Amino acid sequence: MQKSLYIDPEKCTGCLQCEMACSFEQTGVFNPSQSRIKVFSFEEEGRKVPYTCTQCDEAWCMQACPVDSIKLDATTGAKVVQDETCVGCKVCTISCPFGTINYVVDTGKVAKCDLCGGDPACVKACPTDAITYVDASWTGLDKMRKWAAKANDASL
Amino acid sequence: MAWTRKILRVNLTKGTCTAEDLNMEWAMDYLGSRGLATKYLVEEIDPKVDPLSADNKLIMATGPMTGTIASTGGRYTVVTKGPLTGAIACSNSGGYVGAEMKFAGWDMVIFEGKSPKPVYLMIENDKAELRDASHLWGTSTWHTEEQIKKENQDPQIRISSIGKAGENQVLFSCVVNDLHRAAGRSGVGAVMGSKNLKAVAIRGTKGISNVVNPAEFQKVTAEKKQILAENAVTGEGLPTYGTQVLMNVINEMGALPTRNFKDVKFESANDISAEAMATPRESDGKAQLIANQACFGCTIACGRVSKIDKDHFSVQQKPQYHGASGGLEYEAAWALGAANGVKDLEALQYAQMVCNEQGFDPISFGATVGAVMEMYENGTIDEETIGLKAPFGSAEALCELVDMTANGEGFGVEIGLGSKRLCEKYGQPELSMSVKGQEFPAYDPRGIQGMGLTYATSNRGACHLRSYTVASETLGIPVKTDPLATEGKPGLVMAFQDATAAFDSSGLCVFTSFAWGLGDIQAQIDAACEGDWSEEKLQEVGERIWNMEKLFNLEAGLTKEDDQLPTRLTTEAATEGPAKGLVAGVPEMLPEYYELRGWDKDGVPSAEKLKSLGL
Repeated sequence: MQKSLYIDPEKCTGCLQCEMACSFEQTGVFNPSQSRIKVFSFEEEGRKVPYTCTQCDEAWCMQACPVDSIKLDATTGAKVVQDETCVGCKVCTISCPFGTINYVVDTGKVAKCDLCGGDPACVKACPTDAITYVDASWTGLDKMRKWAAKANDASL
Repeated sequence: MAWTRKILRVNLTKGTCTAEDLNMEWAMDYLGSRGLATKYLVEEIDPKVDPLSADNKLIMATGPMTGTIASTGGRYTVVTKGPLTGAIACSNSGGYVGAEMKFAGWDMVIFEGKSPKPVYLMIENDKAELRDASHLWGTSTWHTEEQIKKENQDPQIRISSIGKAGENQVLFSCVVNDLHRAAGRSGVGAVMGSKNLKAVAIRGTKGISNVVNPAEFQKVTAEKKQILAENAVTGEGLPTYGTQVLMNVINEMGALPTRNFKDVKFESANDISAEAMATPRESDGKAQLIANQACFGCTIACGRVSKIDKDHFSVQQKPQYHGASGGLEYEAAWALGAANGVKDLEALQYAQMVCNEQGFDPISFGATVGAVMEMYENGTIDEETIGLKAPFGSAEALCELVDMTANGEGFGVEIGLGSKRLCEKYGQPELSMSVKGQEFPAYDPRGIQGMGLTYATSNRGACHLRSYTVASETLGIPVKTDPLATEGKPGLVMAFQDATAAFDSSGLCVFTSFAWGLGDIQAQIDAACEGDWSEEKLQEVGERIWNMEKLFNLEAGLTKEDDQLPTRLTTEAATEGPAKGLVAGVPEMLPEYYELRGWDKDGVPSAEKLKSLGL
């Protein structure tokens, strides 16, 4: 069964454990500036929103890459940057509509979420279950359950 | 190791920024943050220095755990000689700035001298420079953060700054970071203001790559997070209610100081509690509380985010306060509320926002207003002097006075001196509820006896965070003790003081100590740091820090007389609740405390004690 990251911003507290875990998994350094998941803070509304690559089926980044350096991991569905062949041309960063693939100055390559090979570090680190890793065909299940619970309320 | 081994020395007089190696011998004896920064301060300044002179220094310091994946590993400390107290000042804050300093490659920044004009420090990894801040002077911490991010075109910069209160040298002004977090007590913001230093802006992209045993560190920090998650306080009480979980609990104990400590219970405590914050308002059907928020790395998330009622009198025609903002913590809700008899939750939130915006401590501010209200009611100060009617319970007076203090206008200037100076001026020094000139926090020492000794002996003036015996006396952590008893409290206070000094110096949050003992932080420190860190060693580090701070105070001219509570608490008994008939038993506890500490009857550490600690 293929899984997908599922993010519920309502539960995010902004602790950045996900960014720390991601950067450590990917680079061996505790360094949010190297994280592939970012938590955004909307101060006026008091909201925190984690955001990362959704692994598009028809991935713009993959299609734009002139040297074919972004490959599909058939098991996880992740689009994975091949560091050996990436030339750092940044065309993928322009083509991605969501901004979730970025150039890394230190390496001269691009970096994006690769779902950690099917065991995402951000998910394990999140203390509030704001980030979960669920059946890719049923990311709506939680919301459905919430509404179903209401539908079952005799008072409605 | 988890230290970056680098400190940044900023000479504001000369306008220079210089990198230095961290003294690792000192790091082994004082760990980091509070302990290590204090070591640097006591080595570098004359304890008798005027706190607001160019000769005082101000240090911002992280600990070895700051910026790591350990839960709550985001703390930093501001250490200086405090203008409110004339004692060592040491104010701890969360948010994101501490971690960013580490990511930029610095364990601490030492500020010395005084800039001839307003400046801010910009740190971008190894690069540090002072920049003109004339355009930021006279503006709020909120505006300063926004403007620095804007003019550098970098929303990822993290910032600590002072508001107008720090500039005006309000003696209890803060250093505010990440909009709503603060190194809050003892007037550290005034020291920054006296140096013409408006802000410290940091962008760090280097990260922390040198923990000694990464695999072990990952494993042990994950285990310790689990302990926090499963604990009733850190896994349930604080995440669900925030620190405000305490309002009704402490009130029920008859230990909620009310109307300048005249009473020990507040009849309207429930109106300013966590429960009230979460209840929809009658006016707009919305609750004040809108979200929970964590500091960097924290898996507890006790922080609150709130929105004030747009129609409340305090914010009409003031749209800048209509957005989300840092919400009420227990200490602030008490000081702005119960301490003044004010039960209007929206007014408390307004006062809290102004405290954050212009950078001053809501505890000292609220408690000082309490003293003003008492002097207004007993006829010492009249309406003309204050500029308004200020009886206990007046939300209007609270909101007016917070504006006046923020802007340095009228009677606000006098409030900005703190309750000790203000009450002395009006001939009623006994009405200042303070020790060493710093106002009490939210626990009445008649109902929680250990807190009386905690306040009396705290090296930075009255404070709950130096030995939070409430944990033991109320919650039974780590063992239950009788809150009304004085027996055994000197030993309890001492043990808490030493352990807390170690927690504070690690870069972790002291709130973890509801669930973690020294052994739990030891395991994390040992996996990350070079050196052999045992629980015993951390205990000793804590004791060493405590004695070092005490020595500084003695050399600054403080004496045994500065370890006493105001007479109200030792002569006027609690009038109701479990503590009815009791006074604070500090006079009987203090000699035993000194003896246990290895100090003489005047509270001076013995030569043997100092030698055993390597001081």
